[in-house]
Amino acid sequence: MSNIIVLPLIVPVITAILLVFLRQNIMIQRILSLCTLGFVIFISVVLLLEVQQQGVMRIDFSGWIPPFGILFVADSFAVLLVFVANIVAAICVVYAFFTIGEHYEKMYFYPFVLLMVAGVNGSFLTGDIFNLFVCFEVMLLASYALISLGGGKVQLREALKYVLINIVASWIFLVALAFLYGTIGTLNMAHISLRVMEAGADPLITTVGLVFLIVFSLKAGLLLFFWLPGSYRVPPTAIAALFAALLTKVGIYALVRTFTLLFTTNSEVTHTTLGIMAGLTILAGCMGALAGRDVRTIASYNILIGVGFIVAGLAIGTESALQGVTYYLMHDMVVKAMLFLAVGMMIYVTGETLIDNMSGLIRNYPFFGWLFFIMMCSIAGIPPLSGFLGKVLIGQGAIEGGNFVLLGLGFLSSLIVLYSLLRIFLSSFFGETILSIEDEKPLPKRIVLPLTLLSICTIALGIGAESMAPYVKDAAETLHTPSIYIDAVLNGEKWQGEVNK
Amino acid sequence: MESLILLLVGVLVAVATYLILSKQLLRVILGTAVLSHAAHLLILTMGGLKKGDVPLIGESAGPYTDALPQALILTAIVISFAVTAFVLVLGYRAYKTNGTGEFDELRGTSDE
Repeated sequence: MSNIIVLPLIVPVITAILLVFLRQNIMIQRILSLCTLGFVIFISVVLLLEVQQQGVMRIDFSGWIPPFGILFVADSFAVLLVFVANIVAAICVVYAFFTIGEHYEKMYFYPFVLLMVAGVNGSFLTGDIFNLFVCFEVMLLASYALISLGGGKVQLREALKYVLINIVASWIFLVALAFLYGTIGTLNMAHISLRVMEAGADPLITTVGLVFLIVFSLKAGLLLFFWLPGSYRVPPTAIAALFAALLTKVGIYALVRTFTLLFTTNSEVTHTTLGIMAGLTILAGCMGALAGRDVRTIASYNILIGVGFIVAGLAIGTESALQGVTYYLMHDMVVKAMLFLAVGMMIYVTGETLIDNMSGLIRNYPFFGWLFFIMMCSIAGIPPLSGFLGKVLIGQGAIEGGNFVLLGLGFLSSLIVLYSLLRIFLSSFFGETILSIEDEKPLPKRIVLPLTLLSICTIALGIGAESMAPYVKDAAETLHTPSIYIDAVLNGEKWQGEVNK
Repeated sequence: MESLILLLVGVLVAVATYLILSKQLLRVILGTAVLSHAAHLLILTMGGLKKGDVPLIGESAGPYTDALPQALILTAIVISFAVTAFVLVLGYRAYKTNGTGEFDELRGTSDE
């Protein structure tokens, strides 16, 4: 039964390879890639239910008992993220069906998307830190190809910067791994956690932890985000939405894993640093979102505010804050995809990118306008939409932990988010219409469909929060109590013996 | 022996940093290639250089050499090979399309 843990990685890879040979058959490519994502969603639901019954599950590849071999571990946190990530990816792929154009589809667009999704799923599920590096690279290589696909002038230029930044970040990852292996002598995450706990607050280990912090911050856009606004605006809408929804979230996932499971012993240093970085990210994101006049820039800086907010929850680190982190991560994937799709559609219908040049869209496209409104409310955290509960739980955690600065910053940022999006809404959707009936570009139902589906997701995630609660609680509990994870991976008694020795 | 190799890693990182900080596209790409070699050597050294026998049970009585760093490096080399190949092609296309390989001219303008 535990063999199904590997399917979210392996199935997209196999389909992607298959699709390479079906280059001319766009219809088959579309159907197969959608089926694959659907299958992974199904598998993640099965896994989620199974994890509730059996506790944390694992699969040891080739039967190498941990800590010796590579393994995949499925706990509620990872599986929930796989579930949401694949739903969002499927919806973005549907959007790509209608908008991306034949030349992209024939240039292996779907295989690249599937490979990226495989990398994302692998990063969520792996229980070995070197394997995390490999999955990251799988995801990044596919994203390099996706960002430069099309080969426009600006696109290639920005893609080059994106690739170079990520190469350097991956190098730091390797260096961090080398130091980790040199000091701790293991790569299995549960085993690392155990050895770190034995060593206590060792300065060398803290340093290694901080190197990991730099790596994952670069990937997540936490404080080291200078590359993000430039590169997320160049690819076509469907790809930008996929990036916004998935890539930074994998970085955040890695941060959460690293600082709840691996490096927990010296939390005055590591978690304080995380908190400061989160606060600064929120501030910088707010400034960018307020200053921007280009809708894509405003959207990019909104990602950063989200990242800062989630990491603030991680820095607080109480169990309710971690519940909030889990909720908010799922919510953030959905709404950031929505935001980028909406922004892309605005640019598509008007041909403009500056908010001052758009006006009165709600009269031309009333349904689209209201979808934008729902999205705005959801990002700002207005109940009953999905952002609300995550914010409440992180806030509750902040009060319990006494982190009032982060609390204040986090909630002020909600207002700024609301203001920055309201500015788009007021200037672009309200006001005089600039598009006459003749100029009006048709916005067929099928193009609005993905945005509608995502709105349904955010409403469902908000209203159905109660039914998600047991899974989220389990996820937060596993994050908060590393011994549950370690027990499941290293089989109870064996490691207890090692501690006593 | 370990200290010597670590010195070599330091030299490689210095060379790579110099190359990456220059303004020419090709130099930067070569810099990232050198950088990855430095990381590979570092992993090898961190696992401890050859201390014992072949890690095969039955071949020798031990102590054994740690074989894991070599497996890690092999993986990392393959990945960095793929990435370098990709970035070279991307750099070439960017050079062809933008007509320049200088980062000064690839900066872009703020009003785009």
